[in-house]
Amino acid sequence: MSTLTESPPVTRTRHRRRADDVAGLGARRAIAFVGPALLVIALFLLFPAIWTVYLGLTNYRLTGLAAANTSFVGLENYASAFTDPSFWNSLRLTVVFVGASGVLGQTLLGFTLAWSLRRVTGWARSTLEALVLAAWVIPGSVHAFLWIALLDRRGGTLNTILNTPGKAWLIDNPMTVIVLFNIWVGTAFSMQLFSSALSAVPPSQLESARMAGAAGWQQLRDVVIPNIRGHILTNTLMITLWTFNTFTPYLLTAGGPNGKTEILSVYIYQTAIPGGQLGFGAALSMIMLIINLFIALMYMRVGRSKK
Amino acid sequence: MTTNIDMKLKQPTASSHLLKMLGRMAFVLMLVVIGLFFAIPLMWLVVAPFDANPTMAVKWPEWTLSNFERLLQNPYALGSILNSLLLAAGTMALTVMFGTLASYALSRVRIPGRDALLYGMLLLSSIVTGTAAMVPTFQLMNAIGLINTQTGVILVMAGGVLPTVIFILKDFMDSVPKSYEESARLYGAKPYQILRDVVVPVARPGIAFIAIWTVVQVWGNFLVPYILLRDPSSQPAAVMMFTFYTESGQADLRLISAFSLIFALPVLLIYFFVNRKFGFRFYGGIKS
Repeated sequence: MSTLTESPPVTRTRHRRRADDVAGLGARRAIAFVGPALLVIALFLLFPAIWTVYLGLTNYRLTGLAAANTSFVGLENYASAFTDPSFWNSLRLTVVFVGASGVLGQTLLGFTLAWSLRRVTGWARSTLEALVLAAWVIPGSVHAFLWIALLDRRGGTLNTILNTPGKAWLIDNPMTVIVLFNIWVGTAFSMQLFSSALSAVPPSQLESARMAGAAGWQQLRDVVIPNIRGHILTNTLMITLWTFNTFTPYLLTAGGPNGKTEILSVYIYQTAIPGGQLGFGAALSMIMLIINLFIALMYMRVGRSKK
Repeated sequence: MTTNIDMKLKQPTASSHLLKMLGRMAFVLMLVVIGLFFAIPLMWLVVAPFDANPTMAVKWPEWTLSNFERLLQNPYALGSILNSLLLAAGTMALTVMFGTLASYALSRVRIPGRDALLYGMLLLSSIVTGTAAMVPTFQLMNAIGLINTQTGVILVMAGGVLPTVIFILKDFMDSVPKSYEESARLYGAKPYQILRDVVVPVARPGIAFIAIWTVVQVWGNFLVPYILLRDPSSQPAAVMMFTFYTESGQADLRLISAFSLIFALPVLLIYFFVNRKFGFRFYGGIKS
């Protein structure tokens, strides 16, 4: 490959620009090539984000009087969000959900799996990995129904196993359920990321730690963790972003009962689409976009400092 | 106790041996518990579709394939699978076409601010997720009359995946040897001919990768079609599945079980067979 890409040194020094543009595309045609993709991105990704800023400052509604004559209300939506107890409730639930299921649950379970399986081979490993992966790849609405069946009050498998007939898990412990559910769905990512990270830890360092008499957890603390610190950060930020933006718990509990699982994404949906308060919903979306921006910028910063 | 002497001789190592055994058992037990945590919910998907009388519980089935016949008789079930195929194929076609053109141009011509553009797009696509942008997207589609159309869903999905697609494809394009294009150009090939006949065939693995990746993204996506499509006859399987278990009074488990399996199978197959070729990068993609 490397021999093929080498061009004569003369052309490389004389026409650096030309040598790059080997197909003779030229700037104008290049722009025409990039154009359609940029247009789709600008219209359906960039524009909605920008429009959120404006919509959030209006009292836009889907139906009713305000639907006909929308007016500019300034920061009123934000003011009412910050005084609305259900907004704070949903923010609190989101923090618990992201912290417990993403940062703690998926990361720890994913790491545990990667660490335990690093020296296991054969059918045990492939079965376990296949199970974790299968839970991750099946579509969200199938995820949700599998858990509805599992937790069913009358004939669910969980009540049969635990011998607790009639226990309504989705009503009694809704938050615990969606946390466990999300761990079940998403652990595959952390497992994969950490097992590739662990395989890159220099064996010589582990070997010398073992020679010095370090126990398993000491090797973990002194050799492994420092080596994969970058991966841990990447994993945490990605998981945080995804868990924060997931809508799948809606398929399981629809935010209920009584808003007990109404995480931010579900709260926005309930307010804006069935609730029809598009202006208020846009203000909430803006808050979500800003939090996303914050997480993503942190991620990019970490990525840059690694290089 | 025949091993008594043996035990006495190896007193110190025997106890550490025992400890090691216990540790080993605890380790295996932990893995079994984790395995069961993942397996138990999944088991329903394996047995219920083949059970003549499925319940919510996992049990040994009375084997039958009649649930799949029931699926064929339901007017919405098959239609929704076709809708999913249509949405996935449409988004894939658009993404592959626009993504290939854009990534090729970005790989070969130094447009000022190219790297900033690439990173900016990637940042944008990770911030403006389906959930965060559902309100303005819904509003935009209402305003331009694409609400309730599959075209609208395809465009929104394409906008969401294109930044990642361009980013990944540009890497593949960068690795296409430039000498191929140079010689094609010497023979008088036009830029679009070079792209079609030289670059695309060489970059085929990359294009296949992003095509499959896009299909997986669209296939399972619930929120975008749920918000934008109101008419049941145009809804994809992801939304129909939800309708099946929420809107009918008594959930039809024979239909739901067979439908779940048919709906989940394509992505399962893609991951476990096709994906072996691509490895970890597939998961690194932004799965929402």
